[in-house]
Amino acid sequence: MIGLKTIVRKTSAGVERRDFLKVSIAASGGLLIGFHFPGVSALASAQQSPANTFMPNAFVRIGSDERVTVIVNHSEMGQGVYTSLPMLLADELDADWSKVGYESAPVDPKYNHPAFGMQMTGGSSSVWSGLDQFRQAGAAARAMLIAAAAEQWKVDASTCRTESGAVLQGTKRLTYGQLAAAAARLTPPAHVQLKDPKDFKLIGKPIKRLDTSVKLNGKAEFGIDVKLPGMLSAVIVRPPIFGAKMKSFDDARARSMPGVRKIVAIPAGVAVIADTFWQAKVARDAVRVEWDEGSMHDFDTGKMMRDFRERAKKPGTSVRKDGDADGALASSVKKIEAVYEVPYLSHLMMEPLNCAVDLRADSCEVWTGSQFQTVDRANAAKIAGLPPEKVQLHTTFLGGGFGRRANPQSDFVVEAVHVAKVAGAPVKVIWTREDDMAGGWYRPAFLHAIEGGIDASGNAVSWKSRTVGQSIMAGTPFEAMMGGKPYDPASVEGIDDLPYAIPNVAVESHQAEIGVPVQWLRSVGHSHTAFAVECFMDELATLAGKDPYQFRRGLLQKQPRYLGVLDLAAQKAGWDKPVAKGMGRGIAVHFAFGSYSAHVAEVSVTEGRVRVHRMVCAIDCGQYVNPGIIAAQTEGGAIFGASMALFQELTFENGRLQQTNFNTFPVLRMNECPEIETHIVENNEKSGGIGEPGVPCAAPAIANAIFAVTGKRIRRLPIRMTEAV
Amino acid sequence: MIGFSVNGKRVDLNVEPSTPLLWVIREQLGLTGTKYGCGMAQCGACTVHINGEAVRSCVAPVSRAAGKSVTTIEGLSPDLSDPLQRAWLEEDVPQCGYCQSGQLMSAAVLLRDKPTPTDEDIDEAMTGNICRCGTYPRIRRAIHRAAEMAKAGAR
Repeated sequence: MIGLKTIVRKTSAGVERRDFLKVSIAASGGLLIGFHFPGVSALASAQQSPANTFMPNAFVRIGSDERVTVIVNHSEMGQGVYTSLPMLLADELDADWSKVGYESAPVDPKYNHPAFGMQMTGGSSSVWSGLDQFRQAGAAARAMLIAAAAEQWKVDASTCRTESGAVLQGTKRLTYGQLAAAAARLTPPAHVQLKDPKDFKLIGKPIKRLDTSVKLNGKAEFGIDVKLPGMLSAVIVRPPIFGAKMKSFDDARARSMPGVRKIVAIPAGVAVIADTFWQAKVARDAVRVEWDEGSMHDFDTGKMMRDFRERAKKPGTSVRKDGDADGALASSVKKIEAVYEVPYLSHLMMEPLNCAVDLRADSCEVWTGSQFQTVDRANAAKIAGLPPEKVQLHTTFLGGGFGRRANPQSDFVVEAVHVAKVAGAPVKVIWTREDDMAGGWYRPAFLHAIEGGIDASGNAVSWKSRTVGQSIMAGTPFEAMMGGKPYDPASVEGIDDLPYAIPNVAVESHQAEIGVPVQWLRSVGHSHTAFAVECFMDELATLAGKDPYQFRRGLLQKQPRYLGVLDLAAQKAGWDKPVAKGMGRGIAVHFAFGSYSAHVAEVSVTEGRVRVHRMVCAIDCGQYVNPGIIAAQTEGGAIFGASMALFQELTFENGRLQQTNFNTFPVLRMNECPEIETHIVENNEKSGGIGEPGVPCAAPAIANAIFAVTGKRIRRLPIRMTEAV
Repeated sequence: MIGFSVNGKRVDLNVEPSTPLLWVIREQLGLTGTKYGCGMAQCGACTVHINGEAVRSCVAPVSRAAGKSVTTIEGLSPDLSDPLQRAWLEEDVPQCGYCQSGQLMSAAVLLRDKPTPTDEDIDEAMTGNICRCGTYPRIRRAIHRAAEMAKAGAR
């Protein structure tokens, strides 16, 4: 999940960045549709077009059976891209929606993300980055179908119109299926005219998802479900401590267990290969490994947070400096300081990591739920010793992604190719839940130390914050995304753009070097910065003796879109009316991934137990495609954020992770789920993201509601009332 | 040999009796709609019915199914005609979809036992099924809707 502000320059495999806008459409006698439309020149390389089908470009195929198949270059991990992206294409095509289906794209540069230069899903960017691609692809196909009909009828194309999967002129009518073969012989137009938004039939409507049926009858194929003839299963003994190296292993008992084929050391640990997963797992648990525990042997998160506190007392790298924060603090009438802490978090997708590989002498096929196809294919090729073109990566449904399946080192793919090299047959590596949780690549732990001051009239005059935590990019192939800055923008996103009209602001960053692998998790830096910023704003409001909503309003007068969601959430929640007895109401507002979001939470606290009763969410993502999906993502984001706020924490003692499964790293459950409302701001602004913006406001809204009902401040997540101050 | 019926078909398998039913269903029988999530009855993704009762198949040894009747998501209905599946479609419930087989199998037992469930009944029956995408509000609505559909269908 890569931030909107960052652009990938180079992938880990050294693949050159391809700038979508500059992609040359110098067609080698191939099809050509307008400019800034990648892939039209090379469509045949990846997909076979069966006879009588029309595939005018990389994104759509129309069959003589009237089926319109939209090829989607983003991974479906729950966020609805197998519906929203086909909607864009089908609307411009004037397709019959009941005939529209989806297919996952193979790995090919023509399916690269237009902004990030590689094939990937993240950064809440699929819809805004696909707007032009998919609309133009649909419009081009439509123009060619019209041309085919006009030719057949010997009429001028401009006299024809289209409707629901057919071209019409007067009383004449030919369906797209009937025209497919003829259209396939035509040259795509150089330029296409896109619809006037007032003529949209699908875009902007709460169209039901296309992928629901297969998720209700067991037919949807996730990576873990892949079956190949003769396929074996593998489970890996993994290091108990990050950086530990295997000294030796004893597989005497495991080797003789039923179904076991091979037990082999690989870079990730010791792979146990058996006929079935369960046989491999039982044998895996019987392998004894002696580890060189390495430098992380005494890693302790309690000590780490104490070190973070000490570091926060010293000046860090300057990220933003407006005016003189120190001077303004010194002359403030009232001051407050607070330290906010958040722990390491696991993505905890419902489907544990897995990857199936069929490695042959001169080819390699990989099946997995990938968010990082270009990188994963390149890394698989390196291990397989093949050029990337010889590696086919099939993207299955993802049983949740949340950023974990966009791994800069392709860890779960690379190890599976290593296993395939010794397996001698197609093989699927499955991580147990415990493997998945202990496998690293977490949301890093962070500490934010903030000081603020107000003047005699209750105006906020100074903000000084220091962030301490690991970078998700430094030292990785994605370091270039730091843009040469001496700090990781992903650590401070959401603080560095503090929107409040505070004249003196200092934002500083300390980068911690710790051997725990970390990466992006749904909403990335915003997952913790919004908690610190929005809780501290509440503390400042109290200091100023003002209502937390009105206090924010006063400081956002020049930020109309922040104000828009803040007002909408407050109004829909009934902020001006008293809350029910025993309940508190809290508010938070944040900008992330191109969208503005505000939440109001209603919370009660009984004998130290926090219960979230209601969450009212307002979202402004600009021009939108499917409000039903926006509501689903916003609800899901709020619940994801509430799980972080209420329950989730990874801790280490003696280098070892203390949490293992859902019992020790809980997720919000049905009986704990609040009522959630989503309200969408209507405007014509540029489209923003929707997969992540629903997450950041949940924790601060809940924490602020707890203050409203108990008078106690929450400064550490997950929330524990015993720690409230 | 362990014999039982799965979705109405008799199967006889040569399998270690302690193997969890989940992995027998997924690997020996090839019915991959039933999912692995935790391996310790924490998440409910593996929920199936044994003689009509909801069971976490990740912790149920296959021997527990011997001589009994097992229903998996593939056997809930052949054509998405079950009121729960119809309601799930109407409420557009799934996101990633991975947990939904287990959610539906738990909800099926709830509706059989309590044809008009209250919110409290739903909490009680569904709290063992985790959804990481956060589809709970829609699952709740869909269960109420399925209850209405089932009643309308019965009339």
